[in-house]
Amino acid sequence: MEPSLDLSPIRSFLSEIAPQGRSALLPALHAAQDFYGYIPEPVALEIAQALQIPAADVFGVIEFYAMFHTHPVGKVIIHVCNDPACALAGADTVFKQLSRRAEYALETGEPISVTVEQSPCLGLCDHAPALLVQNFPATSAPEITWQELTTKTGRRPQTHVDGDLRLLTARCGKGHTTTLKAYQASGGYSALRKALTMTPEALIEEIKASGLVGRGGAAFPTGLKWESAARAEGTPKYVVCNADEAEPGTFKDRVLMEDDPHQVLEGMIIAAYAIGANKGYFYIRGEYLHAYHTISHALEEARTAGLLGSQILGSNFSFDIEIRRGAGAYVCGEETALFESIEGKRGFPRIKPPFPTTHGLFGKPTVINNVETLANVPLIIQWGAKEYRKLGTEKSPGPKLFCLSGDVQRPGLYEVPFGVSLRHLIFELGGGMRGESPFQAALVGGAAGTFATPEHLDTPLSFEGLRAAGLTLGSGVITVFDAQRDLRDVLYRLARFFADESCGKCYPCQIGTQRQYEIMERILNGQTRPGDAERLQDVGWTMTDASLCGLGQTAASAILSALKYWPHLFQPVSS
Amino acid sequence: MNHPLVSLTIDGIAVQAAPGSTILKAAQQAGIEIPTICYHDHCTANGLCRICVVEVSGARTLVPACVATVQDGMIIHTQSERVRRSRRTILEMLYSSVDLSEAPEIETLALVYGADSQRFPGAQRREPPLIDDNPMYIRDYAKCILCWRCVQVCAEDAQYTYALNFSGRGFETQISTFYHHPMPETTCVFCGQCVGVCPTGALKPKREWLLEKGYTPEAIMGLTRNERRGKKRREGLSH
Ligand SMILES: Cc1cc2nc3c(=O)[nH]c(=O)nc-3n(C[C@H](O)[C@H](O)[C@H](O)COP(=O)(O)O)c2cc1C
Ligand code: SF4
Ligand code: SF4
Ligand code: FES
Ligand code: FES
Repeated sequence: MEPSLDLSPIRSFLSEIAPQGRSALLPALHAAQDFYGYIPEPVALEIAQALQIPAADVFGVIEFYAMFHTHPVGKVIIHVCNDPACALAGADTVFKQLSRRAEYALETGEPISVTVEQSPCLGLCDHAPALLVQNFPATSAPEITWQELTTKTGRRPQTHVDGDLRLLTARCGKGHTTTLKAYQASGGYSALRKALTMTPEALIEEIKASGLVGRGGAAFPTGLKWESAARAEGTPKYVVCNADEAEPGTFKDRVLMEDDPHQVLEGMIIAAYAIGANKGYFYIRGEYLHAYHTISHALEEARTAGLLGSQILGSNFSFDIEIRRGAGAYVCGEETALFESIEGKRGFPRIKPPFPTTHGLFGKPTVINNVETLANVPLIIQWGAKEYRKLGTEKSPGPKLFCLSGDVQRPGLYEVPFGVSLRHLIFELGGGMRGESPFQAALVGGAAGTFATPEHLDTPLSFEGLRAAGLTLGSGVITVFDAQRDLRDVLYRLARFFADESCGKCYPCQIGTQRQYEIMERILNGQTRPGDAERLQDVGWTMTDASLCGLGQTAASAILSALKYWPHLFQPVSS
Repeated sequence: MNHPLVSLTIDGIAVQAAPGSTILKAAQQAGIEIPTICYHDHCTANGLCRICVVEVSGARTLVPACVATVQDGMIIHTQSERVRRSRRTILEMLYSSVDLSEAPEIETLALVYGADSQRFPGAQRREPPLIDDNPMYIRDYAKCILCWRCVQVCAEDAQYTYALNFSGRGFETQISTFYHHPMPETTCVFCGQCVGVCPTGALKPKREWLLEKGYTPEAIMGLTRNERRGKKRREGLSH
């Protein structure tokens, strides 16, 4: 044991949370990482003993999450995004410059040690190239000094919020967080009051009638999900808000949480009332520290106002919410992997069936919904399903948020009714291409999505419209590439993302994402081998068909779509 | 209790199976062989290798037969083109990753599915050095296919000793002890259950390993005796 290691901070933390047992493991590891700058062995043992978890399991969990380290790292950690939208804006150069600057600081004995790491999409794609300093958004603008950067005193980037509608985003994009008071002044929590006068059955009927489907990517009807959990045997029941947003290109949930947290909380409380849950978890991506703070603060405000806790607003209904921070694993956005993570385990997705509505968190009936899905709920209850359905299309009712980034004039978050065209979003709302170079393609649906070509520009942005065009909505991402861009670079980055983020549980994805990455790397470097296109097809279809979870099942979708539209990109250069 | 049987069709054959039985078991009863790698009768099935996938009419993806249960009216194909492509590619990818020279069952499957062991030239392999840290067994993870059996028998599937877990994730995943400690410094009780379920020779009795390396039985006796004494000495010191 290192002689200087003081175990008292972790011990006092553990004495508070030990009664939670294994489900306190991620909070304990976060605390240890914060106290010591890494997780020393004796600390891991201490945690294992206090929470009664086998030591080897604690190690396995540390090893799974990118934000936990078994060896010391710098006091200040800077994350530089290296996913497509940021790559277009020169993120690789920024990474090199900052790394050199950090090395220089180390050599000259500057007091704070800084570690610069490359990272998957940070949900700041509209501010490419994106940076996080100690998990707070920063900007790499040339006028920011090293001192300002490493002490987080530079300014925080603001997301541009706009659109044909401002319903979900009515209180977003103003440069500050909407307080409880301001939320209530604009009618906030009146939907909860109304919901509490309805029966849970009537409430579920209203959500079913609204036609709301999940915004997290899987597009499952929300009303049916609630009904199934409400009817399921077994108690307690749980409501979980999935705020693990990490799909490259996505930042909508971050904006909703940072700018208008109560709207999401109100939706979550209504969901709990509908299914009869008394406990909820809000699982926030580890890198979203600012959102963690705004949600924590909003929870405090809500508790003080009697909107959370026992006998909410004088009713017989009691409900409270606990926050869990993720720790750097995209796969934990997959609902069952997220449950495992809350339970203090490696984020391995479970085999389905059984489904979360009957066997979810801690094996109990659970409703898990995306942040944006929950944000729609107060609106539906306030307006009534009939009025809500007037927005959007017959099969995709309501408003939808799109995250626009890449080579456009005005990257940002756009709220539109379902059914507007891709052209409208990119060329009217987003102001069209940033430079002279024309539109080449857009990646629709994020890393797990597919490419849209110029022929797709008039496709209506709705579930059915996109499906008919062979595209997917995914989590509402649109990353635009002009004609100068080498799409092989984009595909290479996507392949690397999936290889880094595969959990390793099932063979098709565990090995397939690695092989796909290696092949894309040599294609990018002009070293394509004969047969590489066929290898990508076999690996890609095997992952799509045979993988255990949605990560592997979509890890090849962008590459397979590129193979269809631009087969020449994958052919060896003939000499 | 007498539950009515479930009726389904597998490769055109009408099959009746008990409700709750897996597709794998139902097929076996009907004399249809579905290949497996990670599945083991005495371990929790986790659906890892996906070699057992079959095509179920109406399902979006292929379905793992070792964990999916039979449903009334299911129409299943166990040898469709989609199924065969996935099986072949999984085998080819396994060959590109680890040493399968002591996994004869996988070699047989490779022949059946026409898998080319050289399909992925230049691929990164998992080849960590062999670990010889205890007198009972060696751990050669260059042969490990991550079937999880050892981890599971060490935990709830049998022994409840919890000496083994994982390091890394994705392709970099490895079976590991707490902070990579040598086996004798873990909770391991040397029951040997992990060695018994390992399908690829990654875990092997030390004696067998030494015999393969050409040691005589007498020399092996001497070696392991010394090693045990050494362990006792270390324990004596630390107490
Ligand atoms: C690899 C992977 C990552 C995911 N990440 C997220 C995420 O960050 N946020 C989210 O809401 N859903 C995510 N999902 C979808 C969830 O599994 C789940 O479908 C969703 O949370 C359900 O909520 P909804 O019905 O409101 O969309 C992900 C799925 C997969 C396969
Ligand atoms: S598809 Fe990938 S992420 Fe999902 S279980 Fe398999 S290895 Fe893990
Ligand atoms: S060591 Fe053997 S039993 Fe353990 S996971 Fe690897 S192949 Fe399976
Ligand atoms: S923050 Fe860089 S791509 Fe999203
Ligand atoms: S045998 Fe079914 S997944 Fe391995």
